[in-house]
Parts: sequence; structure tokens; C-alpha cells
Amino acid sequence: MSAVSSKRDQVWRNIAVATPYLWLLVFFLAPFAIILKISLADPVIAQPPFTPTFDDQGRIAASVDSFRFLLTDKLYAITYVRSVVMAAAATILCLALGFPMAYGIARSSASVRSLLLLLIVLPFWISFLLRVYAWMGLMNNYGVINNFLMWLGVIDSPIQIMYTDFAVFVGLAYSYLPFMILPLYATLERMDISLVEAAQDLGASRTRAFWDVTWPLAKPGVIAGCLLVFIPAMGEYVIPYLLGGPESLLIGRVLFDEFFVNRDWPLASAVAIVLLILLVVPIVLLQRYQARDQENTA
Amino acid sequence: MKDFIRIQGVSKLFGDFVAVDNVDLEIARGELFSILGGSGCGKTTLLRMLAGFEVPSSGSIQIDGVDVTHQAPYDRPVNMMFQSYAIFPHMNVASNIGYGLRREGVAKGEIARRVDEMLELVQLGDFKNRKPDALSGGQRQRVALARALIKRPKVLLLDEPLAALDKKLRERTQFELMNIQDELGITFVVVTHDQEEAMTLSSRIVVMNQGRFEQVGTPKEIYEFPVNRFVADFIGTINTFEGVVTVVEEERIEVYCEQIGDTLTALGRQLVEVGQAVQIAVRPEKIFVSKERPENDKDVCIEGVVDDLGYLGNRSLYRVRLKSGRVIQVSSQNRRRSVTRFLEWEDDVWISWRPRSAVLLLD
Repeated sequence: MSAVSSKRDQVWRNIAVATPYLWLLVFFLAPFAIILKISLADPVIAQPPFTPTFDDQGRIAASVDSFRFLLTDKLYAITYVRSVVMAAAATILCLALGFPMAYGIARSSASVRSLLLLLIVLPFWISFLLRVYAWMGLMNNYGVINNFLMWLGVIDSPIQIMYTDFAVFVGLAYSYLPFMILPLYATLERMDISLVEAAQDLGASRTRAFWDVTWPLAKPGVIAGCLLVFIPAMGEYVIPYLLGGPESLLIGRVLFDEFFVNRDWPLASAVAIVLLILLVVPIVLLQRYQARDQENTA
Repeated sequence: MKDFIRIQGVSKLFGDFVAVDNVDLEIARGELFSILGGSGCGKTTLLRMLAGFEVPSSGSIQIDGVDVTHQAPYDRPVNMMFQSYAIFPHMNVASNIGYGLRREGVAKGEIARRVDEMLELVQLGDFKNRKPDALSGGQRQRVALARALIKRPKVLLLDEPLAALDKKLRERTQFELMNIQDELGITFVVVTHDQEEAMTLSSRIVVMNQGRFEQVGTPKEIYEFPVNRFVADFIGTINTFEGVVTVVEEERIEVYCEQIGDTLTALGRQLVEVGQAVQIAVRPEKIFVSKERPENDKDVCIEGVVDDLGYLGNRSLYRVRLKSGRVIQVSSQNRRRSVTRFLEWEDDVWISWRPRSAVLLLD
């Protein structure tokens, strides 16, 4: 009886372990394989708009033309760099704003805490598009901000905020701030406050105790929050499209244009793959570094 | 120096709640002083005010002649061992212990030397490079102790130092703590809810209740001469008899207890008047239990029946029901080695005690 039940347990355990792998296989690895396959094809005017992987004789017909084009045309390199810089700037602003907020929430009393958390999550109840449109209303030439500044007499004529990199930067930081706050809150809330007190008791000033204790212990949350902001910000399409100007070209926009405007699927796929490599390589390196760090100090 | 630590008129309010209510206390240099009380009595708040994590709402605190009432924790000559031990999880044992010296800017070689010295003191030499999560509860406690002692503070504060340890380890650690205190001569202030711990560790104890001090004294004074019902009840077990004073002679007071319909005698110099309502209190181990009526007619003697008994190895506990229905707790040493019981359930017995063993309580 027990042998039977343990066997059944084993089956369930295998299913439980297999499920996430299956998920990754179906929704990540398979699409990735398809994208990779398309990126190695040539564009044609047909349906689908790319050459098949195997030619008439059943030989593999792969070409790296799209990647070659990507590497030779400077526009792409510049756009990638611009995207990295923009996403990094938004991530840093999110961290600078999010850390004190998360810290404040984690240290507030239990009743206030749930209210504050609700306020952080509340914007999600309104459509993302609407919220970005609201920023347009704020940052327009005759929007709330310009009108207010003119009323104050700080400026005579409206300053251009909309359709600039700055508008994209603000939009990105605003949209992704909760993704920074929540993981930070989760780590800070778990931290024993007496650790900070112990540091102060042993002679550390408040600032010193923060850098010696709070910051290193909050690191996992900082890393999680930064990745959660940086990765989607890198590929963001809607915010630059709505708030950015025509010259503030980011990689998400390029990707969209190659797919839908130029109908160059192989090139668009190549853009996507290079973006993925740009994101995955630093994350893998970071993880390896962390693992080694842990081994060294253990 | 009798007033090494001097607490004067200190109160602490959290909103409307009075955590510590106008207390005065003096602690001598080198004392091992315990603050004893139940949860919420204000003992931890008092300790945190000594450490500098709370500022008194009124009153002042002096340590070694310096007013520290408004000093920040990192400026005080005081270190604390936290109840949770608060060991930095991202540092190994040696860097945890050396942290205080690093903040002081002590030279590296000197830090290494003093860390080794501390590791030896708390017998953790082999664990120098371990991470805290690879330590047992007892080892963590010793890391916390070493870390708090390395700066050679004038006062070491210990918040429930032994609460997280199991019973055997607690007993051993108790003596280690006392030895270390004796060796270093540092003044220890311990907060605890465990009366046994306070009794064995301390040179003096203060019993706290609702933010106020009920009694300050040596463990013996507190146990044998409690000043009121709260202290008598809080420390150990005690049988109390309510009654009215009938006779007051020099050092001898007679109290009539309606409850048991008998007159009890107590010795003492308390100022009482005939007719005053008082309580006579007797500790279980001060009461003798016997099958025959004891000869000595100076002793207080009452007849009863064994209601319940418990064998604890070194001693036995009896619950004796008096004729009035009142149940009295008696504890007696098991001096003789025997498998048969000296008393059985429902045995008729006499309980007796010497008048000087009883305490007269006024409230």
C-alpha cells in the first residue's frame, strides 16, 4: 500500500517539477527557436515573408545576412546603446525613488503598511495606456506643468517637454517604479531591525549602519528590482512611441518598424535575438559572480 | 562607586501608554543586575533607554558620572546583546566580532589580536570563518556576547540572554556568563522574564510591574522578604492567607484567618495595628508535612488531607486540602531513597511551619 502511494507521490513530484520546465519549453524556448530560425532566413515578398529553412533538395538554407546588416549599419548599434543608456537611467531613478519608499513602507506600522502597499499597486487598476496618456496631458506644451510654471512666472513661453528623451525617461521611471518597490519591500520587510540597532550600538552612525548592514542585506531585492525594471524598459515600445519624439529612437521602436512597416521579418528577428543576448549575458555573469561571492564568504 | 549607573525620575510614554513610570535606580560598578518582570512591564524599554535606542520622556540617565540621556547609541560607553542576537548574516564570525573595533578605526593587526582573544574567551576559536547560519543557537549567543564585549564597554546590556537556548544549555551558559562577568569586571544589566535565571545570575534584582519598580534587592531579599503580594507571587510559589490582625506584640503578630478558622502567627517588625487586614504568606518549601501532629506547639499547625501529589525526583509536591476547603501547596525534599511513597492520596496529614518562616504582607 505504502509502496503504491509512494510511487504515486513520485509521479506527482515529477509532474510538479516538470511543469515549469514544460512552461519554459512551450512559451520561451519554442518561440525563441522560431525567432532564431526566421532570423537566419532571407526576406521575400511572400506569405510568410521569409525563405524556408530547407531548400528544394532538403539542404539547410541559412544565411547570416540579417546579422551582418545589423552589425554594419551604425543606426542599430547607436539605437542599442541609446536603449541601454535610457533603460539604465530609468532603473537608477527608480532605485533612487523606490528605495526610500520601500524602506518607509517596510518600517511603518502594520495598519499603515497595507494601505501604502495598496497605493503602490493601485495604478495597475487603471489601463497602462491611459496612464501614459495622462502624462501627455501633464507634459504637453499647454499641459498642466507648463501652465503651472507660466502661472508662477518662472517661464514666459512653454518649454518643450513632450516628445523628448526626458519625457520617455520620466514615463519609463513612472511606469516601472512599482516593480522596483515591491521586491525591495519584500527584502527590507524581512530584515531584522535589531541588526541596524546592533550596528549603531557598536559605533556606526546611521549612514554607516545603512551601508554596512541595510544595503548589503537589501542587495538581492535591489538586483531583482533593477532587473525587473531594466529588462522591460530595454524593449519598451509604447512609452517611447507616445512620449518620445521621432529622433528618440529606441530598440523596441526599431523592432516594431522592421516587423510591421518594413515587413523584414528576418532582420526584426535578428534585432530581437541581439537584444536577448544583450540582456541575458550580463544576467548570467551577475549570477555566476554572486554564486562565487557566496562561496568565498561561506 | 555605588551609583555607577544612575537613573533618576525616568519615564517613557508611547502616546498615552506609560511604558516606564518615574523610576529611580542606582547600579554599582561591577554588579550583575537583573531587571525582572512579565511581558509589557517596561523592562525592555528601560534597557533600550540605557542603550540609547529610546529617549526618556522625562528624567535623566548617568553612566560613570556622565549624563547620557540624550546621547546617541554609538556615542555611549555601553554595548548590548540583543534578544535575537542580531548577528550580521552577511559577515563571518570573526568580522561580526570585530565590527565594533572596525568602526572605532582600530588598526587591523590590533583588531585581529583582540578578535582572537574574544574567540578564546567564548571558546569559538574553531568557528572563526564560519557564517552565522552555520552556527547553533548556543554558538550564536556566544558570538553576540563576544561582539558586544570586544569594545570593553563600561556597561553590557543583555536582553533575555538565555531565552533562546534549551534548558541544559541555559544552565551551563548561565555560569559561563557569570564567570565572564567576574573575569572582566564589566557591569552587566540583564533583562529577563525568567525568575530562576534572575535569581541565579544576579547580585541584585529589580522586579518591575506596569512600568514601576515593585522591589529592588538581592535575590534572597526578594525571595524571602517580598514587600508585597505581587513580588511574592511573581517569584516562585507562595501560599497566602488573608486575615485580620488580633494581637501585636514586640516582633510577634497574630492574625485571625476566617478562611481557615484559625489564628496564625508571624514574626516581624512591620507597623500594623489591631484590626488591620493583612496577609500571611508561606513558601511551599517552608511547610512541613507529617502524619502525626508535631510536638512543637510554637509552630503553626493545621490539619488536612492529601489532595494531590507529584513526584519530581529531587522533591515531591503535595496539595493539602484543609478542613475549610482551602488547598495549600507543600514542597518537601526526598531525602530518603525509597520506592514506596511516604504519603498517599487521601492520607490525613498535619502541615506546620515556624512562625518566622511566614511573611506578613500588607497589600
